[in-house]
Amino acid sequence: MKAAATSNHANRAVEQLHANAHDWTNQCVKCGYCLPACPTYESMGVESASPRGRINLVKLAAEGKIDLQKDLTEPIELCLGCRACETACPVGVPYGHILEAAKEAIGNRPPSSDNMTKMKKLALVHLFPYPRRMNLLGSGAMLYQKSGLSNLVRQSNLLYRVSPVLAHLEQALPAIESPAKRIRAGTLIPSKGATRMRVAFFTGCIMDSLMSRINRLTIELLTLVGCEVILPENQSCCGALHSHQGEAKQAKALAKRNIQAFMQMDAEVIVSNAGGCGASLREYEQLLADDCEWSGAAKDFSKKSKDISQILHQLGPLPFTGEYHGIVTFQDSCHLRNVQKVQTEPRLLLQAIPGITYVEMAGFDRCCASGGIYNLLHFEESMKILDEKMNDLKETRATTVITVNPGCQMQMSIGIQRDGAANHIKSLHLVEILAKACGLN
Amino acid sequence: MKKEILAALGQIIPQERMFLDLAERYCYSYDASFGEYLPEIVIQPKNAKEISELVKMANLHKIPVYPRGSGTSLSGGPLPVKGGMVLDLTLLRDKLFIDRENMLAIVSPGVITATIHQKADEAGLFYPPDPSSSNVATIGGNLLENSSGPKGLKYGTTKEYVIGLEVVTPTGEIIRTGGKTVKNVTGYDLTRLIVGSEGTLGIVTEAIIRLIPKPQSQKTFVAHFNHFIDSGHAITSILSSGILPSALELMDNACIRAVENYRPSGLPLQAEAILIIEVDGHPLAIEEEINKCADICKDNGASYVKIAETEEERQTIWSARKWVSPAITQMGPTKISEDATVPRNQIPAMMERLQQIRDKYELNLVVFGHAGDGNLHPNIITDKRNKAEMKKVELAVSEIFEAAIELGGTLSGEHGIGTLKSPYMEMELGANGVIMMKKIKEAWDPNNILNPGKIFAEKGQTKVVLLT
Repeated sequence: MKAAATSNHANRAVEQLHANAHDWTNQCVKCGYCLPACPTYESMGVESASPRGRINLVKLAAEGKIDLQKDLTEPIELCLGCRACETACPVGVPYGHILEAAKEAIGNRPPSSDNMTKMKKLALVHLFPYPRRMNLLGSGAMLYQKSGLSNLVRQSNLLYRVSPVLAHLEQALPAIESPAKRIRAGTLIPSKGATRMRVAFFTGCIMDSLMSRINRLTIELLTLVGCEVILPENQSCCGALHSHQGEAKQAKALAKRNIQAFMQMDAEVIVSNAGGCGASLREYEQLLADDCEWSGAAKDFSKKSKDISQILHQLGPLPFTGEYHGIVTFQDSCHLRNVQKVQTEPRLLLQAIPGITYVEMAGFDRCCASGGIYNLLHFEESMKILDEKMNDLKETRATTVITVNPGCQMQMSIGIQRDGAANHIKSLHLVEILAKACGLN
Repeated sequence: MKKEILAALGQIIPQERMFLDLAERYCYSYDASFGEYLPEIVIQPKNAKEISELVKMANLHKIPVYPRGSGTSLSGGPLPVKGGMVLDLTLLRDKLFIDRENMLAIVSPGVITATIHQKADEAGLFYPPDPSSSNVATIGGNLLENSSGPKGLKYGTTKEYVIGLEVVTPTGEIIRTGGKTVKNVTGYDLTRLIVGSEGTLGIVTEAIIRLIPKPQSQKTFVAHFNHFIDSGHAITSILSSGILPSALELMDNACIRAVENYRPSGLPLQAEAILIIEVDGHPLAIEEEINKCADICKDNGASYVKIAETEEERQTIWSARKWVSPAITQMGPTKISEDATVPRNQIPAMMERLQQIRDKYELNLVVFGHAGDGNLHPNIITDKRNKAEMKKVELAVSEIFEAAIELGGTLSGEHGIGTLKSPYMEMELGANGVIMMKKIKEAWDPNNILNPGKIFAEKGQTKVVLLT
């Protein structure tokens, strides 16, 4: 009886995968042009770790030729989701959608007892969607740092013995700002000088709780170039992590909540400062395309969403007050580059800073293997790719590496620490360096 | 796979480079052409010695061996049609040595062709063969298929550049052919026999390839023609005027429409042909040559001629050509890419035949390609799930081959015979021609274990089969 029920369950998942993704997988002509773009194919060296291999496996799974759990799970879970293959693909196969459909099909199974899976579910379902809980996490983390507990933990090497992954992340966490400085949702911040644009700011869950300083500086930079900034109440996590983990239903619910929160604000633009979140906002249009009640609003929402670098560049030049000395390089956020298709604006903004020496890094368009929570789930695979990245970073002799996504920024910090280079290389968000050069702190 | 065979394989290759799980085997069941064949095992050897031992073992147990690079073949070259063992050679990439004094590159087979371009360029040298897959394809696969890309007209094809090889034979011996000298007439020219042998006579484990001085500069122009026949005359006039362009590319009206539909960039929708011509060499010489080419095109009825003055303009001209592939795949998910090649004075006649085939079968057939060397790429865009249309495609492909051979051309300019064109070998070579080739294969590979099922048709196979 039980076996029959499980097999029915599995059949439904296969049917759904076929309905969702088979046509897309069929677009792949197997030319292999994606292979050199794929960081996991490079580091793992087998076809099942390549986009072409994965697309074909999804196709086979949808046709019932291979088993969803037994054969498809590992190749799909080892994908970073950087989507560099989409940029390389000559025929425009929507790899990101195929990946999400596959994750949804794989995730559609009896609950696993695996600890990491439990932790993942807990965070996705009970933490990220709730701003108040995220704030609490941020405050807790600040307390942890300020109380000296963090020093104690580091000296004791305790965390490393429990989990090297958490130990690395703990060290990569930037200094957390006091919650008192956090700008509250629902506020309107007037522009400095004449108002040129009304923008709504998407705070993001991790940015808002653990990196609220970057959010505050983002808002200050926006007001500096003439933006009136609104922080809509009731905004929520963008849903990217949910989509990436195959939780499509929840991703859709979060999208609707954000669309509702933002669309009544009458803002020209919806600004975000995390490449991953921004990509997710841009894709609400596709996410809700089949939902006749929401598709129109989702399309408008996606059209309005822009990365901070686009707005600062459009309304610039920034009023720089000082010089920034040192060699600076830029690591693209995959989702800013490959999904939002933004790559020149952050570079132009950096190059405009007085006194700066800007150097391009080899492999700047290659994923750093942060991949949302990939570095937590697949620590070894992630570090192998990161170590290669560090070699490229050192080649540039940069003293500062700039990113535009919290995951990338922390991952670069982890790389710098692993390399013992924390004394002479810093990992900063684009907004931090721009704010510093404008005399903001 | 039997236990004792696996145990013997384990003596040669460590477990982590041997794959038996279904997912990984399926990942080596395809290439960029047609068909899906599941191998029994996938192995990633790292050097000639391992390959030699694997092949010896395969001979002992009569296991088919399928060498493979990046799997970009358009003719089924690496497909494991008889199961057996796929050897993924992409890990053999430790050697890429540029010998400046002898103007050579010595390379491992798993090195990507574009990496050789780049390293040669850094040394002020040039490796001209440049198939469109060169950013992905390995040099090993590239040599064994003898694919060359757009520069064949001026610089010749891949086989003209390979002068020495290290090869594991189908019986597992490691031999060397040719060497580092440009001149070499010692014995039979086994190097040329191996190059283009589609992995049926040996597995290349090292190659010595010639490099030439890098051309100092290049110039590009584009010409539009309202009548296809005029573009054909322009090509022959240019080539008989003593100018040898480094690239001479052609797009037909269906291509032009597809590109303009995909990326509107002001291409002439009424034009029957666009020619893109590039010359390279000394700046003063090419200035004169490019103007002469442009004049010839105008004299032959070109409706528009534009010489690129800046690098940006040059890129714009080439972008139309580069968008052909993505543009045409918007018309359907399945692309059948052919490479029938004719003597260049027969290009207009071939174009006419292709048009007749398109009308007869009512297919999406577009033509582009390297007009200078007669290597056209007729592409049929379809959907392999549409069985009725696929039947028509099979017939159309047969007619394309017949047309090329009737016009004095060949089945394949650079993709290879593989599984897709084997039924037509006799049409081009005659029964005795095929028998001589089979005798060579039998002499080298008495057990028929190396890439079996390729080049030579199976018994009773008379037509291309695209429906599986």
